[in-house]
Amino acid sequence: MSDKQNSFIQVEHLQQYFPAGGFGRNKKYIQAVDDVSFTISKGETLGLVGESGCGKTTTGRTLLRLYEPTGGRFVYDGNVIFDVDKKQFVDMLPYRKRMQIVFQDPYASLDPRMTVGDIVGEAIDVHKMAANKQERYEIIIEMLRRVGLNSEHANRYPHEFSGGQRQRVGIARALAVRPEFIVCDEPISALDVSIQAQMINMFEDLQEEMGLTYLFIAHDLSAVKHISNRIGVMYLGRMVELADSYELITRPLHPYTKSLISAIPIADPKIAKESKRIALQGDVPSPLNPPSGCRFRTRCPYADEKCAQETPKWREVERGHFSACHHIDKLD
Amino acid sequence: MSEYLVDIKNERLSFFTPAGEVKALNDVSIHLKEGEVLGIVGESGSGKSVTAYSLMGLTAYPGKLIGGSLYFNGHQVDQMTDKEMRKIRGNEISIIFQDPMTSLNPVYTIGNQIMEAILLHTDKSKEQARERAKELLELVGINEPDKRLKQYPHELSGGMRQRVMIAIALACEPKLLIADEPTTALDVTIQAQILELMMDLKKKLGMAIIMITHDLGVVASMCDRIAVMYAGKVIEYGTADDIFYNPKHQYTKGLIRSIPRIDAKEHERLIPIEGTPVDMLNPPKGCPFAPRCEECMKICLREMPPVTDLGDVHYTQCWLIQKEEMEKGAAK
Ligand SMILES: Nc1ncnc2c1ncn2[C@@H]1O[C@H](COP(=O)(O)OP(=O)(O)OP(=O)(O)O)[C@@H](O)[C@H]1O
Ligand SMILES: Nc1ncnc2c1ncn2[C@@H]1O[C@H](COP(=O)(O)OP(=O)(O)O)[C@@H](O)[C@H]1O
Ligand code: SF4
Ligand code: SF4
Ligand SMILES: [Mg+2]
Ligand SMILES: [Mg+2]
Repeated sequence: MSDKQNSFIQVEHLQQYFPAGGFGRNKKYIQAVDDVSFTISKGETLGLVGESGCGKTTTGRTLLRLYEPTGGRFVYDGNVIFDVDKKQFVDMLPYRKRMQIVFQDPYASLDPRMTVGDIVGEAIDVHKMAANKQERYEIIIEMLRRVGLNSEHANRYPHEFSGGQRQRVGIARALAVRPEFIVCDEPISALDVSIQAQMINMFEDLQEEMGLTYLFIAHDLSAVKHISNRIGVMYLGRMVELADSYELITRPLHPYTKSLISAIPIADPKIAKESKRIALQGDVPSPLNPPSGCRFRTRCPYADEKCAQETPKWREVERGHFSACHHIDKLD
Repeated sequence: MSEYLVDIKNERLSFFTPAGEVKALNDVSIHLKEGEVLGIVGESGSGKSVTAYSLMGLTAYPGKLIGGSLYFNGHQVDQMTDKEMRKIRGNEISIIFQDPMTSLNPVYTIGNQIMEAILLHTDKSKEQARERAKELLELVGINEPDKRLKQYPHELSGGMRQRVMIAIALACEPKLLIADEPTTALDVTIQAQILELMMDLKKKLGMAIIMITHDLGVVASMCDRIAVMYAGKVIEYGTADDIFYNPKHQYTKGLIRSIPRIDAKEHERLIPIEGTPVDMLNPPKGCPFAPRCEECMKICLREMPPVTDLGDVHYTQCWLIQKEEMEKGAAK
C-alpha cells in the first residue's frame, strides 16, 4: 500500500489527551486519541470507523489543529505540520486553505443569518481567493453547481433547505478554497437513506474532478466500505486495525472489527435470519480510565492474562494489513 | 370485532399550521395481529411517527383527524376521550423513543421512574413496585438492579438508558409496543443488543411491536410485515419477502437499490433516488413520488394511483403496477 516516505498524509503516534479535572499528580485526562498512526496517499480515501466516543472526530480535528495535539507528528505533503516531541508547530493559515472539514450536523454548522452565497463566499474572502466581486460570485456559483445546487440558491437562507441540501452547502463552503485534503466527519449520517446514496456519489465525483484526498469518518460500515480505498478501525482512542476495505470486511484480523461487522443489520431477510451474530456484551469503558493492556479486553471473547498486562503491538500482519491483537491466530 | 390487534382504516390526519395545512396522513391503512411485528419505513416527514402516535391519541392540536377509523385491541380509538385514552396508554400500549435522554427525567433516579410507571398503572404497594422494578431491570438485561435503581439517567450509557425505557414501557405487559427509531442514536453494536433484547422480550411476553425506522436492515431481520411510507401514504405494504424480493412501487425499488452492499468486491456506483423529498406543504397533485420517478406517466401527474392488491397482504399504490395487473387480468 502507500509508501510511508512519500505519503501525502503521514500521521505518527498521534495523541490527544483532554484535561478532565484534578490537580498536580492527580490530574486526570480523557485519552481521546492515543498512539494513532496512518498514512493516506494523494487522491485516496481512508475511512475511519468505530463506536461513538472512540476518537474519530478528535483525530480529524487534531490534524487540522482545531485542537492542539498533545503528542505525535503530522507530515502533510512533505511539510511537518506539527511534531510535538520537537516542539515544532507551523503557522496554519496557509494550510487552512489546503485542508478543510465537513461536519456531521447540517443544521448546526451553517450560520442561519447568512445567505448560502455568503456562507460559501466567507472562506473565499478569508483566503483572498477572488480579485473582485464578479470573480467571487463566479466561484460561489461554480461551487454550488458542483454540489448539485444552482445560482438561485445563493440568495436563500439555510432554513429554506432540506437536510441533504444544507449538507451540500457545507460541502460547497469547504470546496470554495480549492482544498486538497478534506476531513469528512460523518457527512451523511444525519441524512435520509435515499439522499445518502446521492451524497456518496457526489463525494466520489468531486474527488475525481478535483483530485481530493479524504479522511472519511462514519459509523455506517457499509457506506464507508463503499467510498474508501482503505479503512481504519478505532476503539477507545486507539487504532486497532487498518486494511484495504474489501480485505477488512471479508477477512478482519481483529476481534473488535469482527464483532462490528457482524452487528451490521443486513438489508436482506434471508441472509439476515441465517447470519450469526457475535454479540458484543456491554459498553465501551470510560476513556478517563481505559483498561490496562488491550483496551478491548473487557469485551473481547479471546481475552486472557496477557491482554490485561501488555498493550498489543500495532503491526503489519500481512502486506498493508495492520492489526493490534495478541491472539490473531485464534480468530477463525 | 376485528381479527386484528391494530386496524387503521383510511386514516386522514392533518396539521393546521400557520403556513397551511400539512396532510400528514393521507388515506393510511395498516393492520397487525397479536404478537406480530410491523416495520414502518420511509423518509423523514413521511408520516411514520404520526401514524403510530395517532393510535395512542398523541396527535392533538394542531393535529386533527379528518377521516378514517382506528381500532386497537377492541377499542375504537378515534371515538375515545382523552381520559379513556390515558387508561390505555402505558397499560395496553406503550412507546419508546429515539432519544431516551429526553424521555427520562434527569432529576429522578431510574428506580423512581420505573416505580412511578408501575404505581400509576397497577394497585401494587410501594414495596411490591420496587420488587417489580428489579425484575424488569433483570428482564431487560441490566445487572446489579439494586445499584442501578439508585442511579440517575446521566450515569448510564445510551444503550443502558434505552434498556431502562424498555423496562418502563413493559411495566404493565402491554399488548403493543411502539418503538420509534429506538436505536437510531445508538452504535451498531449496541443497536444489535437492543434489537436482540426486543425480539427476546416479544417471544417471552407475546406482545406485538410496531418498529419505526429508516434503516431497511433493521426491518429485514425482525419484521413480519413492512409498510413503506411516502408523503403521508403507505405506498407499499407486504411481508418482508414481498418488500425485499418482490418490490413493486418505484420508491420501494429505488430504496432497496440504493443501499450499498457491504460484500461487493468491485466498486460499483450507487444508484440513488434522484431529486428531493416532498414539500409536505405543497405536495404534487397526483402520485407524490412522480417528480422523482423515472417511470412517471401523464396520469401520475393528474391522479392519485389506486390501491392494487398483489396477494394476501401485499399491496401498492402505483399506476404502473395497476396497469400491469389490469393487462394481466385482461389476458386471462
Ligand atoms: N405537531 C406538528 N405540527 C405540524 N406538523 C407536524 C406536527 N407533527 C408532525 N407534523 C408533520 O407531519 C408530517 C409527518 O411527520 P412524522 O413525524 O410522522 O414524520 P416521520 O415519518 O416520523 O419522520 P422522521 O423520520 O423525521 O421522524 C411531517 O410533514 C411533519 O412535518
Ligand atoms: N473538546 C473536548 N474536551 C474534552 N473531551 C473531549 C473533547 N472532544 C472529545 N472529547 C472526548 O474524547 C473522546 C473521543 O471523542 P470523539 O473524537 O468526538 O469521538 P467520535 O468522533 O469517535 O465519536 C470522547 O470520550 C469525548 O467525550
Ligand atoms: S489483544 Fe487480547 S483482548 Fe485485545 S483484541 Fe486481542 S485477544 Fe482480544
Ligand atoms: S404512480 Fe406513476 S409516478 Fe407514482 S410511482 Fe407509480 S409510475 Fe411512478
Ligand atoms: Mg464524532
Ligand atoms: Mg418520526
